[in-house]
Amino acid sequence: MERRELLKMIALVTGGAVIGGEFFLAGCKNPEKGNGLTFTDDDIAFLDEVAETILPKTGSAGAKEAKVGLFMKVWVNDCYTREDQENFHAGMKKLDEACDKMHGTGFMKASPEQRTSLLVALDKERAEYQKNKQKEDPNHYFQYMKQLTIMGYFTSKEGRTTALRYEPVPGKYIGDLDYKKGDKLFAGLN
Amino acid sequence: MPGDSLDVNLNTKAKKQNTYQAIVIGSGISGGWAAKELCEKGLSVLMLERGRNFEHIKDYKTAPLDPWEFKYRGKTTSEQRKNYPVIHRGWAAAEAVMDYWANEKDCPYTEEKPFTWWRSYQMGGRSILWGRQSYRWSNIDFEANLKDGWAIDWPIRYNDIAHWYDYVESFAGISGSLEGLPQLPDGKFLPPMDLNIVEKEVAARIKKKFNGNRHLIIGRVANLTAPLPGRTQCQFRNRCWEGCMFGGYFSTQSSTLPAAMATGNLTVRPFSIVTKILYDKETRKAKGVEILDAATNQTYEYYADVVFLNASALNSAWVLFNSATDIWPGGLGSSSGELGHNVMDHHYNLGASGTMEGYEDRYYYGRRANGFYIPRFANLFEDKRDYRRGFGYQGAASRQNWSRDVAEMNIGANFKEAITEPGPWKIGATGFGETLPYHENNISLDPNVKDKWGLPVLRMDAELKENELKMRKDIVREIKEMLEAAGVKNIDTWDNGHAMGHGIHEMGTARMGRDPKSSVLNGNNQVWDCLNVYVTDGACMTSSACQNPSLTYMALTARAAHHAVNELKKGNI
Repeated sequence: MERRELLKMIALVTGGAVIGGEFFLAGCKNPEKGNGLTFTDDDIAFLDEVAETILPKTGSAGAKEAKVGLFMKVWVNDCYTREDQENFHAGMKKLDEACDKMHGTGFMKASPEQRTSLLVALDKERAEYQKNKQKEDPNHYFQYMKQLTIMGYFTSKEGRTTALRYEPVPGKYIGDLDYKKGDKLFAGLN
Repeated sequence: MPGDSLDVNLNTKAKKQNTYQAIVIGSGISGGWAAKELCEKGLSVLMLERGRNFEHIKDYKTAPLDPWEFKYRGKTTSEQRKNYPVIHRGWAAAEAVMDYWANEKDCPYTEEKPFTWWRSYQMGGRSILWGRQSYRWSNIDFEANLKDGWAIDWPIRYNDIAHWYDYVESFAGISGSLEGLPQLPDGKFLPPMDLNIVEKEVAARIKKKFNGNRHLIIGRVANLTAPLPGRTQCQFRNRCWEGCMFGGYFSTQSSTLPAAMATGNLTVRPFSIVTKILYDKETRKAKGVEILDAATNQTYEYYADVVFLNASALNSAWVLFNSATDIWPGGLGSSSGELGHNVMDHHYNLGASGTMEGYEDRYYYGRRANGFYIPRFANLFEDKRDYRRGFGYQGAASRQNWSRDVAEMNIGANFKEAITEPGPWKIGATGFGETLPYHENNISLDPNVKDKWGLPVLRMDAELKENELKMRKDIVREIKEMLEAAGVKNIDTWDNGHAMGHGIHEMGTARMGRDPKSSVLNGNNQVWDCLNVYVTDGACMTSSACQNPSLTYMALTARAAHHAVNELKKGNI
């Protein structure tokens, strides 16, 4: 139940199924691993900055500190279909180009404010696209990055232990507990 | 010649070494119970498991890990999706447990009609992975076929099994509440887990709205809410299926296996694929089994006075098919023509969920490996529908977590802060419907396909029919109506269709009955054609009810084991 709910909720936030994460029907085609699509150290640094813009350091760790860029590399390489891998890699380039178009500079050289305004715009574009797309159409490239940022961050040690309340062994269940605004989520395995 | 007598001596010695009083085929929920009961009654028992050994605590390798220690953070890879296509048809695929599922390349099956078969070939079988929901059946269920004039009558009634429910619940440890419902008899329960505040409110509103005829209760679950000997109570981590180092839930490893081992009467042999039960025409009994060592490909014979077949519903039928003789070319127990037929499951993959407004100042603590249960109400008492039988629901209410959407705030610090706090309350439930037994829903040996060891594989030919499809419409309609009545908003419903087997409650392929002409097993789970073979897993079920069936397998197994011991003493088998 919980697992199912989780997948449904991840799907909700980004308006579609978890890419590479669930419910693949038997006989669907699967990628050859690697296939010449590789991540350079610069790519990972780039993804770290994208992730940090989505989930920046606040009172809790930011996505960069949680090494979300490296997590994206592992996931895209090992869990994505070939098509999704290609979309992801092309998406990095598209994101950089969109930044250049909006701010006259590439993403890595853009200021934090410029990065944020770019991603806010891209997120709107993403949400609109995902809502209207046909099932067989590819995902919007920012869909991949946002999903993996959220998942990678909240399952990382830094995200789990600084942004949430993580209890490895709760020991009991209390079905009614006082809650006041600002108290963090209790988080488990998922 | 001298050589001859030497051979004879060697053979006698070998035979003696391979002889036990009882053989149990399979080590899952029912096999574990059979071994425990037979051992405790003083029999020497050989338990055969087709997969690897899998030791309590030591082999639960992922259970102590933190989430970030999983390379794929709990999900599976493209490689695994390719190698385990059936497991990826639903929620069963997860990084932690992929090694627990049967290797699909080595162990194929064929689908005349779509059939999802989730198997675990290792010590403990699916008792490690199971959902742990544990409900008694009532007389309404045992009388259903007779009253409907559908298929055949169960040879037993609730009174035949009530004592055995008490017995297995007390040992296995089932937590739950006493409700006094005729359709869901109370049992010997450990204290119930809590419903959370929203579930309690929804329960009260449903009760009021439906005049006390519908109930939302805490799930009855094989998780300990108080310690039992050698086991610690549930720690509310909700990671049961990885294996629990606290022994917090019932599995073969946490419960029946240590009890059986403690007698000193149990021998366990992993990597032992039972290829056939050896039938002796002279004595008209089984004399033992033939196995194929899955690791070495060597064949061995083991002998015993009684054989318990607990290979799981479909594989138990496979063993019987494969034990064909010239007397019964269709397999041991095939004389009725019902072996492999009447395949049942619980159909699900449908339900509803929505949001509950308010309660922003309420939360909960701990990860409850359980939810609520709404017992059957359709076609009960005064309630009449245009289909037969009924259904129940399982669900939960919870506050949404970091994976939710936050309106107008999707990037940056404010977004991050918002999703690190609990979101609105959601409540959802999934239906579980009874499936009728149909003779034409069957499994058989596929004449063309062999597994890794050259053994024939099962061919599945079963589907939902009109009764189930009608019921499904009602399952969705009723849960929507109940949630609405309880004040739940933004209700989404779903029906994703159901391939047989997907409920993981396979049943019925060697049904019990009152007449050897129409059933495979008698009222004590003995094969009519071979009385010292007992089948006590899901294969034995005559109807499916809508409650999760494992507790009933436990009770039937304990009952049958005691019957077998008595019959052996009397010399009847």
